[in-house]
Amino acid sequence: MFSFELLLDAVVLGVLLGCFYAAVSLGLSVAFGLLDVPHVAHPAFLVLASYAVYVLNEFYGIDPLLAGLLITPFLFVFGLAAYRLYYETFEKRGSDAGVRGIAFFFGIAFIIEVLIILQFGVDQRSVTATYIGKAWRIGDMRIPYRLVVAFAVATLLTTLLALYLSKTFMGRAIRAVAQDQEALRLMGANPIRIKQWAFGIATAVLGIAGALLIIVAPVDPTLDRAYIGRTFCVVVMAGLGSMTGTLVAAIILGVAESIVLTLFGASWAPAISFAMLLGVLAVRPQGLFGRRS
Amino acid sequence: MKRNGIFFWIGAAVFLIAIALMTKLITNEYPFFAGYVILQFIVLAVAWSILGGHAGYVNFGTSAFFGMGVYTAVFLFKVAGAPLLVQIAAAAAVGALMGFALGLLTLRMQGIFFSIATIALTIVIETSITNWRYVGGAAGIQLQRPPVTWPFSGYVQMLFFVQAVLVVLAVVVSRYIQNSWIGRGLQALRDDELAAECTGVPTLRLKVLACVVSGALMCAAGAPAAMYLQYADPSSAFNLNYSVSTLAMSLIGGTAHWAGPIVGAILLGTTQQLLTVTISSEVNVLVLGVMLVLFVVAAPEGLIGLLRRVRDKRKEGKQ
Repeated sequence: MFSFELLLDAVVLGVLLGCFYAAVSLGLSVAFGLLDVPHVAHPAFLVLASYAVYVLNEFYGIDPLLAGLLITPFLFVFGLAAYRLYYETFEKRGSDAGVRGIAFFFGIAFIIEVLIILQFGVDQRSVTATYIGKAWRIGDMRIPYRLVVAFAVATLLTTLLALYLSKTFMGRAIRAVAQDQEALRLMGANPIRIKQWAFGIATAVLGIAGALLIIVAPVDPTLDRAYIGRTFCVVVMAGLGSMTGTLVAAIILGVAESIVLTLFGASWAPAISFAMLLGVLAVRPQGLFGRRS
Repeated sequence: MKRNGIFFWIGAAVFLIAIALMTKLITNEYPFFAGYVILQFIVLAVAWSILGGHAGYVNFGTSAFFGMGVYTAVFLFKVAGAPLLVQIAAAAAVGALMGFALGLLTLRMQGIFFSIATIALTIVIETSITNWRYVGGAAGIQLQRPPVTWPFSGYVQMLFFVQAVLVVLAVVVSRYIQNSWIGRGLQALRDDELAAECTGVPTLRLKVLACVVSGALMCAAGAPAAMYLQYADPSSAFNLNYSVSTLAMSLIGGTAHWAGPIVGAILLGTTQQLLTVTISSEVNVLVLGVMLVLFVVAAPEGLIGLLRRVRDKRKEGKQ
């Protein structure tokens, strides 16, 4: 029943899957990890981006990754607007923003979910591309190309975002606003505009992430519920706002999911990320690479 | 205050008598079917507000408690054919235990972390139940209602009355908490937990107490649902829709007063019933979500808050 090859298989697939999880968590890592926005709707935005990719692929025959790139500017603007709304209604008013901010994003997530159901129905949707459906054989191991593509793109995306945040002026400004908003204001910069820009970036990344989501597996409207667990698990485990941490935490989650899947079967899969999240919150709330608050 | 109290108890008694008369006079079963759901949401919303309103901890795990209530009833019914009241009492005990665990979680996490942890709790419990063959697993389980006991003419009527009793119970508890030192302590810790702790408010004990009471009531509200539907399956018993509905009803009604969640639940519950019958259940979740977002953005204090503002303005006008 249990064999070493099986375990090795699970670990390799888990690492690939983990890099993909990193890609879908990047946006949340910026929005929640750096900006402290309780962005529960992040996975819903992700699924929405996947459906946009699906439409472009199904009706115009555009490659899913290209489609993801095409919708990125729209997502960026959408992100700018979303943060503006959030800022005007909650952050600006100050007190008691916590409860209502969370409820606000939770409501938005449900609205998106239902709108997708009304438009596309509850069936699973998938995309077509040359690299989907084939697999790469190494000895006895079978690695689907779609996971390899997802792995490569996800790693690239994570690296690019990490470089952006550490090397460019705007990226450094974003990290500065996460550290001390007031200090930034005293330096003559407008922290709100920087945060808005950052939230735009966090949403824009979802274009490619959404494409990867639908490349890796078919999507359905309620998929965001499972990804609430995965993305928050990754971001919290990483320690808020750490990009390297995001990658490491995502790989840990991917390997854990893959191993449990192999040993106990698919019916336990949904609980793993949530259980790990609970564990991290209870034992080490500041995460593996956490900044102390 | 005294006079208020007398009116409250008379109101509660009149409500129960009216419900009892309804079960005698109305022969059509449909009003009970629809009314049951509304009553159930009143209990959930009132129970949610004990923690969410007073203490300011946003619990997304209403479905976890509700689902555990359902499955406690299923389990007891399958094991021993336990009667309805035993099912509800056991569910309340289970809910209290879960609430206790949740209360201990609040020790380490606040705000969004607490909320996410409650979602996590829901999914973990749901997955465990899905993998538990004895209570039906993922496919769900059929239940045969036992014959109805006197004085009720039908099982649905009985469930309707039982849920009405739970409503009164939940409201009495919630009102008591609001008017006692418990409510004031919870409000103090909502405004500033550190300051409350420093001035001698036993924050941890209060939070755990609020979680236990809220959890017990939610679980109890879920227990009769097994017999109501004569069927239970994990994905509908633990559906996150219960969480979002409860949250929406409480916040739309307003959590500043115990009556707020009741108003919200009646209003939204009725709308939901109408929409589900006339259009579809998807549209009904959509309306719920839109209302929630609108209220959170435009009327953060809910309907109760709006009413108060109107009343205050009038007073100012008179002066």
